[in-house]
Amino acid sequence: MRSDGRQGASRALKSAAIAGMAFLHVPMLFIVMYAFSSEDQTYIFPPPGFTTKWFGVAWERPDVWQAIELSLQVAVVSTALAIVLGTLAALALARARFFGREAISLLLVLPIALPGIVTGIALRSAYGLAEIPFGFWTIVVGHATFCVVVVFNNAVARLRRTSPSLIEASMDLGADGFQTLRYVLLPNLGTALLAGGMLAFALSFDEVIVTTFTAGQQTTLPIWMLQELVRPRQRPVTNVVAVVIVALTFLPILAAYYLTRGDEHASGGRR
Amino acid sequence: MVAAVAFDDVSCAFGPVIAVDRVSLEVRAGEFFTLLGPSGSGKTTCLRMVGGFQFPTRGRVLIHGADATRLAPYERDVNTVFQDYALFPHMNVRDNIAYGLMVRGAEKAGRYRRADEMLELVHLPGIGARRPAELSGGQRQRVALARALINRPRVLLLDEPLGALDLKLRESMQVELKALQRQVGITFVFVTHDQQEALSMSDRVCVFDRGRVEQIGTPEEIYDRPATRFVAGFVGAGNLLEGAQARRVTGLDAAVMLRAERIRIAARSERTGGDAAGQRTVPGVVKEVEYMGSYIRYIVEVGEGVELLVNHANLGAGAARRNFARGAEVALSWPESACHRIGAGAA
Amino acid sequence: MSALLAAAAAPAGPLRWLSSFLYNRRGLYLALLLAPPLFWLGVVYCGSLLSLLASSFFGMDEFTGMIRREFTLRNFVDLAAPANLDVIVRTVAMATAVTLGCAVIGFPIAYYMARYTRGALRAAFYLGVMLPLWSSYLVRVYAWKLLLAKEGVVNWVFAQTGMSWLLEALLSVPVIGGPSLSISTLGTFIVFVYIWLPFMILPIQAALERVPQSLLDASADLGARDTATFWKVIFPLALPGIVAGSIFTFSLTLGDYIIPGIIGDSSMFIGQVVFLQQGTAGNVPLAAAFTIVPIAVMAVYLTVAKRMGAFDAL
Repeated sequence: MRSDGRQGASRALKSAAIAGMAFLHVPMLFIVMYAFSSEDQTYIFPPPGFTTKWFGVAWERPDVWQAIELSLQVAVVSTALAIVLGTLAALALARARFFGREAISLLLVLPIALPGIVTGIALRSAYGLAEIPFGFWTIVVGHATFCVVVVFNNAVARLRRTSPSLIEASMDLGADGFQTLRYVLLPNLGTALLAGGMLAFALSFDEVIVTTFTAGQQTTLPIWMLQELVRPRQRPVTNVVAVVIVALTFLPILAAYYLTRGDEHASGGRR
Repeated sequence: MVAAVAFDDVSCAFGPVIAVDRVSLEVRAGEFFTLLGPSGSGKTTCLRMVGGFQFPTRGRVLIHGADATRLAPYERDVNTVFQDYALFPHMNVRDNIAYGLMVRGAEKAGRYRRADEMLELVHLPGIGARRPAELSGGQRQRVALARALINRPRVLLLDEPLGALDLKLRESMQVELKALQRQVGITFVFVTHDQQEALSMSDRVCVFDRGRVEQIGTPEEIYDRPATRFVAGFVGAGNLLEGAQARRVTGLDAAVMLRAERIRIAARSERTGGDAAGQRTVPGVVKEVEYMGSYIRYIVEVGEGVELLVNHANLGAGAARRNFARGAEVALSWPESACHRIGAGAA
Repeated sequence: MSALLAAAAAPAGPLRWLSSFLYNRRGLYLALLLAPPLFWLGVVYCGSLLSLLASSFFGMDEFTGMIRREFTLRNFVDLAAPANLDVIVRTVAMATAVTLGCAVIGFPIAYYMARYTRGALRAAFYLGVMLPLWSSYLVRVYAWKLLLAKEGVVNWVFAQTGMSWLLEALLSVPVIGGPSLSISTLGTFIVFVYIWLPFMILPIQAALERVPQSLLDASADLGARDTATFWKVIFPLALPGIVAGSIFTFSLTLGDYIIPGIIGDSSMFIGQVVFLQQGTAGNVPLAAAFTIVPIAVMAVYLTVAKRMGAFDAL
């Protein structure tokens, strides 16, 4: 539906919509505010004063930095894997019609459609059966598995928007499959893959449910946060870390949106 | 002489749907050959089989005598102008045109020079730095043409390239394409559903219907002497009469085609004399009049529910011949040689 | 000129040969493309799921705490025990309530977005829904923990408006109440709705966007007033989107153990039981059996949803 030019929205609808959006965003604003709050418990409202000292305290905490480092490493590797696997799947499924295509699409969506706890405990019991010790790669396997579909969706949406005659034209002019991939397909896919990668990165960076099952003793940043939530050491530091996380994930998501504007119209509707 | 393109009993089926049904044809080197037919008639599929984008399920495709049936597009000395032009959006015009040379390893200065030459050829000098999105439909079409010609293919395939252009532009492009083909001297295989286009541009036309070849011939042959009922009905405006109706109106015992512009229309009161030799006259009543600009179309009932279409040249209001109104009583006449018997006819 | 072309002869080489080989064999090409992702998802992921299913049939020796790999239906029988049934019912009830809550709050937002925004405003709304979706889950839960705390913002607002008595009343209601908002089922409900709301908004908005204006014009043209047009034309077309969104809210609530753990009181949800069983109790088989419940529920839900056309709205 395009904008209803005849009359504006009724006041009730408008206020409901705005109230809903406020509901979505106001809590985050409070977190930002609390990161600057000067008192220890930091959930007292209204806060007694404002300070930036907690940022300095958080900077000094080694456990925070370790958690960040692990999360970054996991996210980078998982995203790389997801991009490769997601692109391969997208190239195969975007236009081809063959037996089992719907089943494969379902398979790709499954890790993200099933509750995280199912994926987590499934992987954990599999590691147990195969007697694989927990470590960096057990986490990565879990993350890559549900990140694939994110890249896949972006890639398919872009491929569907790309005219198939582009590939035919390239081959017609003398480029073989590999040259076509390099000179025509990848340049057109590039921003979609980048956007998918950034979303996958954000997803992996933030993931906690599957990670708690597959991490063993290691602490990613979300696991650190979870521990802090249950057994708080220094609440203000947690607030600061929360604000930093929000800032870090804000940018990739914004970028991903701008890179793929226009693709979402192609991906809706017919499969 | 070896044919530029030859189909040897080619069929192409998509599951249960047979798009192309045992087609055999030959395109002569250097000619402008058009595949004409309605949508779904198989003409585009045939073109794609020449280009290598579709493999036949049966039969052979030969290009200059060599079996090219299962060669990839980049292995064929054939280039294509696509219906949606398929210009690479992420490259500028010059890179688009030079693409064919680039993937074969030509160095930059040489291929850019050549690209500029091609731009001259299609009358678009100096737009090399622009992107496809900035061009008009007509400009994109010429760039697509330039891009396809840079490799000097022996055969150029054109898939309804003028479909997206408006009428005036289309007509001028038709003239230009014909001139270009003569200038460059290579074989053009052109696909269209527009019979006007096919007649005006082609050396020979191949008419398709439902996957089969109905007739191959020069535009005159197709128009004046259609081989089947389908061709008679698809090309030009005419009257198709069969059986008892044919006998009554034309005196011939066969399926007959009579072109609408070959029928003379006159007021019945003027036709008092007998028929000249080889002429035939029937009386009628005008049912409908349509003003088409350069001609006036009449639908005239000549008795027992048979209606004839008459295209009457519009010679102006002051001309000797008057125009007729609905309900006017008229006499239609034509030379008997204008009646064309349709030979083999698919039902 | 021809020298240029002669020099630029078509490159031969192994890659080109491979390309032609695969061009002729489309099936093989597809198989090669799909092999790595299918291996990963098929073998690794599905394999794990199957091993989970298998282990739900194993038993656990109570004395040694070791898992005995023999077939038994004991775990499923245990599921029917009143305490466990309680957990299942509670979780499903919460999932339903959350889905309804999200639908009620989310629909006006989606409707406004799809029908009355354009251009920059629509982009702003879209981002406004997308950003919470992708930003940190834990941070958002944490935000509410702070807000709902006894000395936090919500209590302060109630106090300032003189509505504290209302809050007390709500908290004293047996099932949904609790000592404080931040430790209560009501609080859990609020947080669930907050977290999953974007998942509901986006599919509805997408479905509504696909309703062509010409349909609404036709309806008005045929004499229907605005409310009639809404219920007879717009809502049925939006329904697949609502169902699609509900798949997420339902499924995510079924499996979540973190929010009930942080915001909830001591009453358990499926996710928490699973977590505990496989963790400290070491009873992976029982945990696996519990996990089958959300899988089974979702399988039924998905079948119904598919029939309602929700998959096309995803």
